[in-house]
Amino acid sequence: MTGRALATSGSVVTRIDAALLALALLLFLGFTAFAAELPALTGRVVDNAGMIDAATKAPLTQKLADFEKKGSDQIVVATIPSLGGEEIEPYANRLFRFWKLGQGGENNGVLLLVAKNDRKMRIEVGYGLEGTLTDLHTKLIIENDMVPAFRAGNFSGGISKAVDDMIMVLEGNPEELEARGKRNPADDSSPVDPIVALFLILWATMFFGGLAMAFLPPIFGTKLSPGVYKWLGMTFRYGSSSSGSGWVTGSSSGSGWSSGSSGGGWSSGSSSGGGGFSGGGGSSGGGGSSGSW
Amino acid sequence: MFAQRLSSPSIARKLPAFLMMAIVLPLLAGCGYNTIPTAEENAKAAWSEVLNQYQRRADLIPNLVETVKGYAAHEKDTLDAVVEARAKATQVTVTPETLKDPEAFKKFQDSQSGLTSALSRLLAVVENYPDLKANQNFLALQAQLEGTENRIAVARRDYIQAVRDYNLTLRTFPSVLWATFWFRSNEPFANFTIEEDKLQTPKVDFGTKQGG
Repeated sequence: MTGRALATSGSVVTRIDAALLALALLLFLGFTAFAAELPALTGRVVDNAGMIDAATKAPLTQKLADFEKKGSDQIVVATIPSLGGEEIEPYANRLFRFWKLGQGGENNGVLLLVAKNDRKMRIEVGYGLEGTLTDLHTKLIIENDMVPAFRAGNFSGGISKAVDDMIMVLEGNPEELEARGKRNPADDSSPVDPIVALFLILWATMFFGGLAMAFLPPIFGTKLSPGVYKWLGMTFRYGSSSSGSGWVTGSSSGSGWSSGSSGGGWSSGSSSGGGGFSGGGGSSGGGGSSGSW
Repeated sequence: MFAQRLSSPSIARKLPAFLMMAIVLPLLAGCGYNTIPTAEENAKAAWSEVLNQYQRRADLIPNLVETVKGYAAHEKDTLDAVVEARAKATQVTVTPETLKDPEAFKKFQDSQSGLTSALSRLLAVVENYPDLKANQNFLALQAQLEGTENRIAVARRDYIQAVRDYNLTLRTFPSVLWATFWFRSNEPFANFTIEEDKLQTPKVDFGTKQGG
């Protein structure tokens, strides 16, 4: 039996294709070499390249916040000084996924990215909006709104016009937008969480309570007669096939670590806890288009 | 009543067995029994997305060819090359079941990159026709084609990542134990080569054949 097991593990080892492994390594190195530092999501307008003037920034942020309230779509404008040698398409996709724009199940985020020194821009559209804000729409928005304004040096104007047009396109299908908004109410984080937490606590109490009832009285309680123990004022009866104490002590320590599972906050993919802004858990598959000026 | 039933000996005797099951089953999952099937399904799903995007590209091409024909009918060779490459590319399919087969995978990859280079030659030729470039229909097709090429790139990156994860589970401890004793029929999936992956936007290269 052991010989056979050894033989199979040997064949697994021979199956390791050295070339594939090297390839994986190369890819990994390639990714890390490319992986420029991604900017933090500080708000709906992340102006790291300083291209948007203050008079435009506040209304723009407000507009985007209002728009999210309506249909839960998250539009984020980002400017960066440089792409660090990477193409704008993979960079925008990485940034989009890093920020998780759009709501979890809907993937309804849009990222407008401008790379100042590379003179490139891209509108990256989440999976869920690809049908509404099509590649052609984004192409036309870039070519007609942004490029002429950018060439004239009017960055703020170009960006805010592009945002207006994106919103216009997304509002072009009002029923769908409303339905999305209803599916993802603005602050759905608080009503869901306590129920989940309560359920988990209840479950944990029942599960670990049962565990404790089975193992703890024989250890800590006083023995009244074979299989009958008194502990914490209660009497516990067990079948004659009660387990050995050496094994029991081992597993009773296990009840300590598992109780940590009652923290159930992570599952809600919702946004905007307080004044801050964060992505809702959406993703993008490379929809949208890019341009340069 | 309830307390009485709870403390009745037959249930109490089953309790340790039940608890054993309750403890051991999650541990089994925690030990990594699920990692290999999970990684495998992820890789298959990523592959479906790759196929989906390649199919989308193939679907766009007849329209593109028709539009270009209207303006540049005497670029017959380039157009025919695209049509031919498309026909070849749609013939070769790789189902999730054949992902283990590097030969089939390579054939698929070759046929698709043949289409990529034929397309890039067509788009290079188009530069000579200002009327065509101004055509609304052509603009729309071009935007969709660019978007599709980018989606292909994203889908391929996701697939490369998913396959890397899957292949790693088959070779690394502790999941290699499961692979050895339980999932013996599971084999590593083939992956894209790096040159192909780097080729994201086809470069204009007159006359000479495009590599990759």
